[in-house]
Amino acid sequence: MKKYSLPNFLISAAVFLYSAACLLPFLLTLAVSFSDESSIMRNGYSFLPDKLSLYAYRLMFQGGSKVMNGYLISIAVTLAGTLGALLITGMAAYMLANKMVKYRNLFGLIFFIPMVFSAGTVPWYLINRRLGLYDNIAALIIPSLLFNPFNLFLVRNFMSGIPDSLRESATIDGAHDMTIAFRIYFPLSMPVLATVGLFYGLAYWNDWWNAIMLIDSQDMYPIQYLLLQLQSQLSMLRDLQYMAGAIGVTPPTESLKMATAVITIGPIIMLYPFLQRYYVKGLIVGSVKG
Amino acid sequence: MAAKQKRGSLLSDIARNRFSYLIALPALVYVAIFSYSAYSYMIIAFQKYDYRHSGFLAMLTRNKWVGLENFRFFFASRNALQVTRNTLYLNFLFIVVGTFVSVLLALMLNELRCARFAKSAQAVMLFPSYISWIVISYILLSLFSNEYGIVVKLMGRLGMEHVNWYTSADRWPAILVIVKTLKNSGMNSIIFLAAIAGIDTTINESARIDGASRFQIATRVTLPLIMPTVMIMTLLSVGRIMYGDFGMIYAFVGDNGTLYRTTDIIDTYLFRALRRVGDPAQAMAIGMFQSVIGFVMVCGSNAIVRRFYPEGALY
Repeated sequence: MKKYSLPNFLISAAVFLYSAACLLPFLLTLAVSFSDESSIMRNGYSFLPDKLSLYAYRLMFQGGSKVMNGYLISIAVTLAGTLGALLITGMAAYMLANKMVKYRNLFGLIFFIPMVFSAGTVPWYLINRRLGLYDNIAALIIPSLLFNPFNLFLVRNFMSGIPDSLRESATIDGAHDMTIAFRIYFPLSMPVLATVGLFYGLAYWNDWWNAIMLIDSQDMYPIQYLLLQLQSQLSMLRDLQYMAGAIGVTPPTESLKMATAVITIGPIIMLYPFLQRYYVKGLIVGSVKG
Repeated sequence: MAAKQKRGSLLSDIARNRFSYLIALPALVYVAIFSYSAYSYMIIAFQKYDYRHSGFLAMLTRNKWVGLENFRFFFASRNALQVTRNTLYLNFLFIVVGTFVSVLLALMLNELRCARFAKSAQAVMLFPSYISWIVISYILLSLFSNEYGIVVKLMGRLGMEHVNWYTSADRWPAILVIVKTLKNSGMNSIIFLAAIAGIDTTINESARIDGASRFQIATRVTLPLIMPTVMIMTLLSVGRIMYGDFGMIYAFVGDNGTLYRTTDIIDTYLFRALRRVGDPAQAMAIGMFQSVIGFVMVCGSNAIVRRFYPEGALY
């Protein structure tokens, strides 16, 4: 088949334009975050600012800034949440995949039913409050530990593919299920655990539902929720005047807003190669089997 | 091994595989609390809720029963009609436009001859789907912000009338559809692309030998063969048609009341009833309305598809 023909060109052009539409708005945000505030005031947002400035970023990474605080909270919550969720998911998946357990399908059903019919937001909210998961760091982690049992079934399906003879020989050598799970099954399930870990990690990083529902104190806002709050210019200006007051310059309101948005994407860009490799593959496997 | 076991009760199975059950215990406790005990809280839709009586028994005995009062309150307000209509209308638009674009993308990506270009285009298309709606709302702000937005500026330069996007409710359904489609279609097209990859290549070969053009193969061979996948994905979305995208709407609109007329959905309304007004019983009534109609939608859409297009039905 010819490589250069009109249909090929048109299709490539369409795909290129679509990709550009996905990327360009983000590049604009990136450009604004590096713009000097005065050039934004003069010309509005622009892809090519007259004057570049790193002021917004410097202000953000100043010690004790709210943005820094939110960023650290998000990092801590994402790490703890992803590890905890992976552990719970992997352990339950081992039981569901263990062919020696007679009632494993019944328990699979127990995990599956809430996926189809959930009680909704209000009971979830009341339960969290009752458990004391309100206005503390645990409220950002625990309520989403098993938020999507889909991941559980993804891991179970993978573990079901591990030959039973491995378990049997380990049992003969005197190992019990706990040891077998941690020493044999988890290391062998690394690919699927990486996929599910990315699902969880991304969900925790991007989460602000827990914050909007269960957090009241400003000093516990994760970065995403802080970003939402920063949208209302007023609260933003107050903080900035306070921060910039010491230095004596006009606060870089616009560029700081965009810079905060940019650093929020930072970890996602760093993980991009892994996302492409594991996340997408997991999505395809999940959609084919699920 | 498994076949040799005697038929035993659950207890004897637990005794035999105690470490297996033990290892699943955290997850089981978790769903017991967060999913199963949650069902009992649904009764507060028929009560006047009091935060002091939050245990299940206290809820049953101490809270005042009000019958259908919470439902009546919701349906008597004109909000009920507005949020339901917005939820259905927006989701309908998302499903139609989103499915069309992602199938089209999958077909086009499949036709690309340069593997490296296809791969990098895909990597770019997936980018928005990894990003939270809040970050996207900032990107939107850089386009439409009243003072500095690049679209506003561009329209000004072209001599068009100045539009304040954040106060013109009628323009938002279009914005929401475009943004949602751009965010999710890349990811959805991957599923369709996987379906295309599953097609037996000999079918394409024989069509080509019979003289079909590439366009004919794409529309007459590939498209019908991935139709079951398309139907299943659509059906899953139709089943969730009563559930709006809270993250998107709240990140874009927030508490901007001027846009509620076209953008307020059941989920944001429920959120305000729960967190702003602080009335869990009222919110639960709205939530129950949502899940009951939602359940009917799942069964209904599946029945219709099973009748006319059995390959695409869920069950």
